[in-house]
Amino acid sequence: MLRVSHLSCSRGNKPLFADVSFDLQAGQALHLEGDNGVGKTSLLRIICGLSPADAGEVCWHDKTIQQNASAFRSSLFYLGHGLSLKEELTALENLMSDAAVSGRTLSEPQALVALARMGLRGREHLPLRVMSQGQKRRTALARLLASQAPLWVLDEPFVALDVKAVDGLRGLLAEHVANGGMVLFTSHQTVALTRTNGDSVAVQTYRLKGVA
Amino acid sequence: MAVLRRDLLLAMRRKSEVLTAVFFFVVVAALFPLGIGPELNTLRLVAPGVLWVGALLSSMLALQRLFEADYRDGTLEQMALSPTPMPLLVSAKLLAHWLVSGVPLVLLAPVLGLQFDLSAEALVTLTLALLLGTPILSLVGGIGAALTLGVRGGGVLLSLLVLPLFIPVLVFGAGAVEAQASGLGAQAHFSILMAMLLPAAFFSPFACAAALRIALE
Repeated sequence: MLRVSHLSCSRGNKPLFADVSFDLQAGQALHLEGDNGVGKTSLLRIICGLSPADAGEVCWHDKTIQQNASAFRSSLFYLGHGLSLKEELTALENLMSDAAVSGRTLSEPQALVALARMGLRGREHLPLRVMSQGQKRRTALARLLASQAPLWVLDEPFVALDVKAVDGLRGLLAEHVANGGMVLFTSHQTVALTRTNGDSVAVQTYRLKGVA
Repeated sequence: MAVLRRDLLLAMRRKSEVLTAVFFFVVVAALFPLGIGPELNTLRLVAPGVLWVGALLSSMLALQRLFEADYRDGTLEQMALSPTPMPLLVSAKLLAHWLVSGVPLVLLAPVLGLQFDLSAEALVTLTLALLLGTPILSLVGGIGAALTLGVRGGGVLLSLLVLPLFIPVLVFGAGAVEAQASGLGAQAHFSILMAMLLPAAFFSPFACAAALRIALE
């Protein structure tokens, strides 16, 4: 499914990481670990095709993501450091316009259900600028519920969430993986994924090491 | 289409930004008759140039923010990763930008033209020239805005980059009114403006999308 082979990346003259390879099959979750500044975000951006790699390639269904661009993009959900939320719009409007930008169809009732599941019931019509950091992140994560993409690439999804929301998100990731989806995420905590029925889902870890 | 709706909605919520550019145009156009004095022949002579330069500068004000907010909050990344082709999304943004920053200028121009004692025919010509010319400002300016995205001091660089490219639009836009007043008819000027608008409308979204992808790397 997703195959990353021999990727290397540098920033300016400074090499960040080299020869990174791993596979991600349907129904697997991969936790990308690494110290600050080792290049986790850069790696995720290369995997999404936002930045070029110095060497190596990323393949989706045995074709590089450049050759397979439209199929790859419609199977990908990416959540980066920027949450791509507009302060002036309400949570609901943000969700709707984001779905449209990503070329997905989302009806208003579906969006309301997704927001309610993220614990934002009653706040659907509040503009984002009056919300707290955690509520903004919940709004961004509500997009996961509305997404049909099999591959989720999440950069630090657990940041700024309270304990309940972290549990909710872990359940969400576990369900996605159990249903044959793929999750690639970075986090500084160890993350155990547990489904709502109590089954736990295996998480592989890949430790990203910088070039000395 | 959804991007167009979103951008228009955002513009409605950020009224001050839109109104700043429009108000700037009104003030510039209103100051000139006061400064020059009530000499009607002079006013009539400078009117097209003043209104066009005013429109040019006021569209520069709005240009810097065209992609800035989307770049900062990560929306541009989502656009680059969208299955919808990026040039299409960019065209929607450019269209929204013109509707918000160009159309008000076109609509205000005849009113402001009255202060310069322009005849009814001259006002019609001026408005038509602006109608053809302001989209070019948005389209060409969009390329500049995309190229200077994320650059420190990008605003100044943007002006240096884009204003020289606006010269032909200014020459033929303002020239249309003079040609009409001298009895030659503005047909040729309109044709030339149209000949600038059509390639700009076709190529600009591609150029913008390519520049935005570089900015995202």
